[in-house]
Amino acid sequence: MNGASSAVVVTDLVKRFGDFVAVDAISLEARKGEIFGFLGPNGAGKSTTIRMLCGLLRPTSGQAQVSGLDVATQPEQVRQNIGYMSQKFSLYNDLTVSENLNFFAGMYSVGRSDLTSRLDWAIDMAGLRGRENSFTGTLAAGWKQRLALGCAVLHRPQVLFLDEPTSGVDPLSRRKFWDMIHTMAAEGVTVFVTTHYMDEAEYCNRLVLIDRGKIVASGSPLELKQKYMAGDLLLVECDEIGTALELLQGAPGVDDAAIFGNALHLVVPKASAAIAAVTSYLSQHGITVQTIEPIRPSLEDVFVSLTTARTGAATEKPIP
Amino acid sequence: MIGRLRHMLIKEFIQVFRDKRARFFLFGPPIIQMLIFGYAATLEIKHVPTAIVDYDNSQVSRDLISRFTASRYFDVRHRLADSRQIAAVIERGDAVLAIQINAGFARRVRKGQVAHVQVIVDSSNSNTALVGLGYVNEVTGAFAGDYQLETLQRTSPLAIARMPKIVLDRRPWYNTDMSSQWFFVPGVIGNLLLVIVMTLTAFAVVREREIGTLEQIMVTPIRRAEFILGKTIPFFLIGLFDALLISSVGTLWFKVPLRGSLAVLTLGTVLFLFCVLGIGLFISTVSLTQQQAMVTGFFFIMPSIIFSGFGSPISSMPTFLQYLTYINPMRYYQTVLRGIYLKGVGLEALWPHLAAMALIGGVMLTISILRFHKSLE
Repeated sequence: MNGASSAVVVTDLVKRFGDFVAVDAISLEARKGEIFGFLGPNGAGKSTTIRMLCGLLRPTSGQAQVSGLDVATQPEQVRQNIGYMSQKFSLYNDLTVSENLNFFAGMYSVGRSDLTSRLDWAIDMAGLRGRENSFTGTLAAGWKQRLALGCAVLHRPQVLFLDEPTSGVDPLSRRKFWDMIHTMAAEGVTVFVTTHYMDEAEYCNRLVLIDRGKIVASGSPLELKQKYMAGDLLLVECDEIGTALELLQGAPGVDDAAIFGNALHLVVPKASAAIAAVTSYLSQHGITVQTIEPIRPSLEDVFVSLTTARTGAATEKPIP
Repeated sequence: MIGRLRHMLIKEFIQVFRDKRARFFLFGPPIIQMLIFGYAATLEIKHVPTAIVDYDNSQVSRDLISRFTASRYFDVRHRLADSRQIAAVIERGDAVLAIQINAGFARRVRKGQVAHVQVIVDSSNSNTALVGLGYVNEVTGAFAGDYQLETLQRTSPLAIARMPKIVLDRRPWYNTDMSSQWFFVPGVIGNLLLVIVMTLTAFAVVREREIGTLEQIMVTPIRRAEFILGKTIPFFLIGLFDALLISSVGTLWFKVPLRGSLAVLTLGTVLFLFCVLGIGLFISTVSLTQQQAMVTGFFFIMPSIIFSGFGSPISSMPTFLQYLTYINPMRYYQTVLRGIYLKGVGLEALWPHLAAMALIGGVMLTISILRFHKSLE
């Protein structure tokens, strides 16, 4: 691993809470200017990993470097070089927009010469021009979230950590938010983001899929789709979808079946051969197929097939 | 370093003084509570509601009764004709004491026989009962003494000259009138400071934890020490200001004399505030929500006041509890307050108490700061 082009380097990182292993020997690397997506079901260890990278939690073992600085031994320098925004909105609702910005600028010691332009930039970016003296608590979620992003990047951090930044925000605001993320990445900021919106995952340059503390897959969205979806994908619309699912899961020539919305997705070795076989198999069992067609796999397919493959009787544990 | 702390302080002060209600909460209740405490917190027992049943109806019995009606310690509210009415009056709480003089009282007194006066007392408040009985004893004793003296004067005036007499010359130091207001008002300063400063400090930190801003601050380069100072300095200053406010009420309104040095009083207050800030921070490290902080705070407040000598003297507590009071900073602050206000003593008498507070404050703050570091994990 070379430090020059890597913004985040993680080697065998482990976090235990008592007997519970929240993060189990994770290794990963995010390059400069990359949008690095961190995916996984709730309780998979995403937030715990981010919190270790920000110096909020001490790793049980392993190493993590952010901007070439060790998070365990140089947490203060690390913090000067990162921005962090968590899923829980955390600005002061009883302070005004500009009071919040001034406070965080002070916390990051933004220089006097840079201060005015950075504050202006943040206000424009958040679309809050003219509302500088509004109380933050009165803003709608989308504005709050953009203001929080503004506060987190006033000091021009090299690495930006976003922990489910768009939960509870309307689609239009999410869109705007991602536009800003792309702009920052284009300027060389490394963005490390956790999400469970699959459409957002498609925006990332690179993805790591994590489940129960372990990395189960990694690569670009395209690579993941090609690599982890061996075979073709079929969309099936039919009656009695539940019965059909049960039948198809054990059917010959079907590798996997899962419900997506009100249809089924099937993983089959070859689409052209499977269409006829599946249709007749289902009609033998009295189920009429309305539609059956090959589709391109989405990340959600990859995500579901990778995590369901591993899901036994494991129960989710919340992160303490 | 200075820059970050300055921004932290600016933010805290904006938040504290932003809305009217919060501002009022800082300075209104202390004054109001001081006034309430000043008037209501008293050990004196006066105007004990009293019922009297006089079956004798003689000159002598009326004399005795007039002693009770004349005394400011009794408030004779009921003259009952029948002793069976006593129970009802006491049950309703209309009287705490009932005095019954039986028929033949005057006759027995005149004959030099033992004459009984029955006193029935509502002992559900043991202190009032005890003090009330004491007063009755005093009044009847004085009446008996005077009656004997009169009789002697008529029969053998010469014998009076040879009667031994012991007279008590009372010299109450520091609080000549033995006003319990003087005793309580300085003590109330300690109680109010404890409640206000401890609660504010604990809540200020826990609120940030609750809304998630604590985490947001902790990913900035701020040092833990800067954060803790930023959280404690405002409440330290508010505490000092409140102390000034409450003690002004004590001096200007209740006219409690401030006989000792203001400098020593300030030093004592500063040290006590260190202890209270330490406790407040400690509470914030063991509480995840403001509700928990409130319950935990209550757990500290009650024992702090009870085991401080604010109301009941420490010397009448069981021995092992007396040892426990040595770790209670309020105990020392109460001594300092009363020492300076009423006794007018200075450093030469109070230094051990000041030193104890400095020690407890130091330990408390250290524990809290260490715990605070851990609680962020």
